[in-house]
Amino acid sequence: MMTCWETIQAYGLRSIGIGERLLPRDDFTLCQQFTLIGSGMIWNLYYGLVAIAVGFFIASALAVAKGSANRWLRKPAEWFIFVFRGSPLFIQFFFAYFLFLSLKQYGIMPWLTSAQAGALIVLILNTSAYSAEIFYGALRAVPKGDVEAADAYGLSGWPRFKRIIWPTMLRLAWPAYTNEAIFLFHATALVSFSGFPTWGQRGDALYYASYFADKTFNPFVPYPILAFYFILLTLTVIAIFGRVNRQLNRHLPKERRQKMRLRMNLIR
Amino acid sequence: MFEFCAEPDTLGRIQWLSCYLTTGKHMNFYWSFLTVLVLLAITAPTALLFGFGGATAARSAFAPLRWFGKAYIAIVRGVPDIAFFLFFVIALDQLFEYIRHRIKCPDWVDPIWQGNDFIVCTAAKLPLGNAPQWVHETYGFFLAVLTFAIVFGAFAANVLYGAMQAVPRAQLETAEAYGMSRRQVFRRILVPQMWLYALPGLSNLWMILIKATPLLFLLGVEDIVYWARELGGSINERFTDYPHGDWRIWYFLGLLIFYLAFTRVSEIAFDRLTRRLTHGQATIGGEAMRKAAT
Repeated sequence: MMTCWETIQAYGLRSIGIGERLLPRDDFTLCQQFTLIGSGMIWNLYYGLVAIAVGFFIASALAVAKGSANRWLRKPAEWFIFVFRGSPLFIQFFFAYFLFLSLKQYGIMPWLTSAQAGALIVLILNTSAYSAEIFYGALRAVPKGDVEAADAYGLSGWPRFKRIIWPTMLRLAWPAYTNEAIFLFHATALVSFSGFPTWGQRGDALYYASYFADKTFNPFVPYPILAFYFILLTLTVIAIFGRVNRQLNRHLPKERRQKMRLRMNLIR
Repeated sequence: MFEFCAEPDTLGRIQWLSCYLTTGKHMNFYWSFLTVLVLLAITAPTALLFGFGGATAARSAFAPLRWFGKAYIAIVRGVPDIAFFLFFVIALDQLFEYIRHRIKCPDWVDPIWQGNDFIVCTAAKLPLGNAPQWVHETYGFFLAVLTFAIVFGAFAANVLYGAMQAVPRAQLETAEAYGMSRRQVFRRILVPQMWLYALPGLSNLWMILIKATPLLFLLGVEDIVYWARELGGSINERFTDYPHGDWRIWYFLGLLIFYLAFTRVSEIAFDRLTRRLTHGQATIGGEAMRKAAT
């Protein structure tokens, strides 16, 4: 029987291949469940953070493309956003997996069939589409006066976009974008059921939670633990994004600042 | 299906495909699309009912009921939905079996949770061990519907709660001034007016519900995802008259297009519904329509 501290040492980093290789088979302790599900959260964090970081820039570009007067830019952006927002993420995962699988048969980028690369790409594209729609809405809401003032100062083209339009867009979009970030983290829970194989049982949090639920036939312990971790993650995201929101709004008088408001949950 | 399908080896491409796409298993695949639609048709009103109950509870004057309503809304929103789906299916199943166990086998002494097993007496099993296949499938489907309704009920409760708050206070005060009781105000003034405010949220919810249907696969129902995986996988000539390689990518492309089309059609339908409900309302939208007409 291991003490809880030994369990954490053995399983704390198991999901990334450090520590004990064999999963516990019976007599699961609460500590083991907490440790292993928490260990799986490393992957959820990885998917969420990378997808947000990369998706942010793609989304900005897509939003500008969708707002462009040039239809060769606008149409592809509109289609991209429609395809990724109009279909379930679950189906996108499956489709991408089988696409990557057939690419592998021709010897093209065989590493894409792993969840850590393939599923990440799907998540990046998916969050890009959702964020682009948010940014596009904010882009249209940039006050006319701001742009006119920029014109009057002789700013145009790239400097005008970089110094006036983009910061304002970001400020207006931020509350909605915070939501998007939260639900992206929630969406990472889907990865372990998406067809992408979990190599060497190095799964994410939900993988371990369902492992325990299957083995013990008792869902009342692992899923609340998972919920606990996700609520913790959600609160962290809110805290960080709230701080950025304050930074973005710092030049405004208090009553005109954008309030953070959490909205509906989303399944993608 | 067709008469010329008797000898699949000798057929041309088009004919081969028409035969292949009408095999018995493919018919099951097409039926599973109906399963998805039936699920939506049953879940949407049930979730709305749950939502209505949740929103009413959250506004209740009786404190424990109000806490319950608010907790229901808050908990489901903070956790990934998929965890709820996985949790409720097992939890509900165990709850039903446990209740039946207590009723049907009162003199059972062994504990129900024995280590890693959940054991109830055979008479309490759901569905019964000797039940035909369709009962098992229906029971699984029923659990799925209930799970969907609980999760989406919380979202709907959130939307309806907001909509109830959005009905102008003056409307309710006027009704009270006319001497209506709380109940009458609720039934005659609040509920009829809240739908317009709830519509954007509910249409959003419907889109989300559509996109949640592939999760049926995780709940163990033989839905479109199940059949697409089953039929698309490469299959040897020993097991079928129609051998082919790995076609899963094409099946999932089909599903992708199905969902995109479904979303698009719903969008158009909701646009029309909004226009109809907005007509004649004292809102900015209604005013704009009035101006456009003249």
